[in-house]
Amino acid sequence: MKLRRSMLFVPGANASMLSTVFIYKPDSIMFDLEDAVSLREKDSARLLVFHALQNPAYKDIETVVRINPLNTEYGLLDLEAAVRGGVDIVRLPKTDRPEDVHELEAHVERIEKECGREVGSTKLMAAVESASGVINAVAIATASKRMVGIALAGFDYVMDMQTERGDGTELFYARCAVLHAARYAGIDAFDVVYGDVNNEEGFLKEVDLIKKLGFNGKSLVNPRQIDLLHNAYAPTEEEVEHSKRVVAAAEQAERDGLGVVSLNGKMIDAPIVNHAIRVLQKAQASGVRK
Amino acid sequence: MNNMNDPKLFEEPCLKGLEKFEEFAQKAPYLRDNNLKHTRKIVESLEDAIRRSGLKDGGTISFHHGFREGDKVINMVVGVLAKMGFKNLTLAPSSLMSCNHPLIEHIKNGVITKIYTSGMRGKLAEAISNGLMENPINIHSHGGRVHLIQSGEINIDVAFLGVSCCDEFGNANGVSGKSRFGSMGYAMVDAQYAKCVVMLTEDFVPYPNNPASIRQDQVDYIVKVDQVGDPSKISVGAARMTRDPRELMIARYAADVIEHSGYFEQGFSLQTGSGASSVAATRFLEDRMRKKGITASFALGGITGNIVDLHQKGLIDKIIDTQSFDADAAESLRVNRNHMEVSTNCYANPSSKGASVDRMDVVILSALEIDLDFNVNVVTGSDGVMMGASGGHSDVAAAAKLSIVVGPLIRSRMPTILKKVTTRVTPGENIGVLVTDHGIAVNPNRPDVEERLRAAGLPVFTIEELHARSVAIAGEPTDVEFLDKIVGVIRYRDGTVIDVVRQVKPL
Repeated sequence: MKLRRSMLFVPGANASMLSTVFIYKPDSIMFDLEDAVSLREKDSARLLVFHALQNPAYKDIETVVRINPLNTEYGLLDLEAAVRGGVDIVRLPKTDRPEDVHELEAHVERIEKECGREVGSTKLMAAVESASGVINAVAIATASKRMVGIALAGFDYVMDMQTERGDGTELFYARCAVLHAARYAGIDAFDVVYGDVNNEEGFLKEVDLIKKLGFNGKSLVNPRQIDLLHNAYAPTEEEVEHSKRVVAAAEQAERDGLGVVSLNGKMIDAPIVNHAIRVLQKAQASGVRK
Repeated sequence: MNNMNDPKLFEEPCLKGLEKFEEFAQKAPYLRDNNLKHTRKIVESLEDAIRRSGLKDGGTISFHHGFREGDKVINMVVGVLAKMGFKNLTLAPSSLMSCNHPLIEHIKNGVITKIYTSGMRGKLAEAISNGLMENPINIHSHGGRVHLIQSGEINIDVAFLGVSCCDEFGNANGVSGKSRFGSMGYAMVDAQYAKCVVMLTEDFVPYPNNPASIRQDQVDYIVKVDQVGDPSKISVGAARMTRDPRELMIARYAADVIEHSGYFEQGFSLQTGSGASSVAATRFLEDRMRKKGITASFALGGITGNIVDLHQKGLIDKIIDTQSFDADAAESLRVNRNHMEVSTNCYANPSSKGASVDRMDVVILSALEIDLDFNVNVVTGSDGVMMGASGGHSDVAAAAKLSIVVGPLIRSRMPTILKKVTTRVTPGENIGVLVTDHGIAVNPNRPDVEERLRAAGLPVFTIEELHARSVAIAGEPTDVEFLDKIVGVIRYRDGTVIDVVRQVKPL
């Protein structure tokens, strides 16, 4: 199980950040070639990201590239650079329909074959940023075996809905829809960015909400948000202790050849064991909650 | 019989050479004038004060840099000296800042021909690095400055000390008046050792002004001026609080290192300096101190609001302050008897009868460059141009039980770790740990510390490994090219020469 709590946005044209951003150890780093890159820097950003992807410093960290939409003149060039550069995941912005994913997948497969990359090794994720994307979320999430996640992008979505960012009410339906689509498809779900980077309290409030809803994590715009997020997602000491007992009981049952796991006389079924494993994984990644 | 009427009395061998009492005001004529008695030190103008001070061509003048980038005194006084036609003066302030660039003209015109300072920044530093002066400047540490003064090498003729306010006798401190800057740690030394002390004040307060950081018996002349400094610019330079995630990350690692260093126990002492990461490290120390239930006995050095905050929360018992880096520190010094003001002699002079640095457990220091032998450069930039200050770096590093140097592995595209530093200011054997954003390196002469940090799960590498990583990212920098001329002499804290700075070769 790959943990994907924090996905840190890095503007692809910022050479200085590309040379150092891996030190913050988010779960995934997303090099952005789309909205965070001005038109005049599209080419240089693509080249910088292509080189960064191949730097050994990024070997131990999951890399994501947000390409421009394929219907722009940059989209396909971005995709060529990302796949050939060895990116782990391609993030498609403004995904409205499953056909957008199909189109992307066809190009990815062609490029993999051309550059000698194992076919299927490039994973995909889609960002839905419109009412149409939210309505089609299930179809999008299940559009390809390569899909590992689906993300909600708040800014464009609220514009499309003729509203604005507020206390989260405006995102309620979209969050639930995207989350259900992800769970139905068995992939990860990511929440919107929180742009007010100096407002720790507001950030943590939003994190609390999306964690309760069930999101795997959140797209982040500032490295300072990583520790805050990881800590909020870290299990408590009690949760860790309980999970250890659950996993130990499951292992014991397996050794004893028992089909049924029980702890303190209560039966434990498979989802509880899986949950316990996830809790321990999070504890290992970022310790217990401070 | 009246002995004093004996005309042959002063021929007695035991009275030979002694002077006869005539009247009570014979030696102190001002005592006859009740007004003059109180105001005799106050002069009309800076020119007047300078004339009375007896300063001559070739003399030595000194200043404190308590206002840092907000200082108005150095430029004003040297400007007046230039107008009055003085030449060949030795300038010996505790330090120089970017704001002192008008000195360039006075150096060109021969008003200033020699400089002793802790450091320089900005255009002045660039000009001197490019060979502006015939004589090299001497860069000393804060403690080392006092040593040079006591040894007579820096022989201050006139100290010009700016204060926000003083009384008619010259009792002054840095915590009252509108331009409060805090500790007068530097100026206290000048007041003690200068042959003549001219105090520049913005305002007069009723006698007696207390506390008297500078005492009435140390002050020769007082002159009122419009402004001695702008305290809002004290924390504009080096001492600032950061939001930069990379600096915060370094700060967090530094706090981790302190926590697991082996010195983090009840009653420990610390110094955090003025660098962005070291200032921020105090923020992260708070949680750890609470978690372990320990408090520090004292914090030393340049003091920031963060240190004051920990003190107010009961986590640091006392503060020993030789320079206040912000308004919070200055205010705390004013109101709090456990916030103590000390001179730089008391702070860090190796030949002082007692230097507080000798009681230091853990210090966080900055670095422009550090080499594979842990030698540190805090004076010259990667282009060979002087841009920083020696400060208390070598003083505390030599005395503390553990010195931690913090800095990013790469600044823009320049690596911090080099095979050899451009300029050696602090010897590597005094540096225990290097903390960067990419990981931590421990000096091989501290295997005890390395073992503890590794056991705590901190990302410990060899300094060679960190160096290799920076080369992998930024490449190996080309050596800076210098000409033969020596433009700066780096004096170690005991007065010895630890390195020289040569003139940079023009590009």
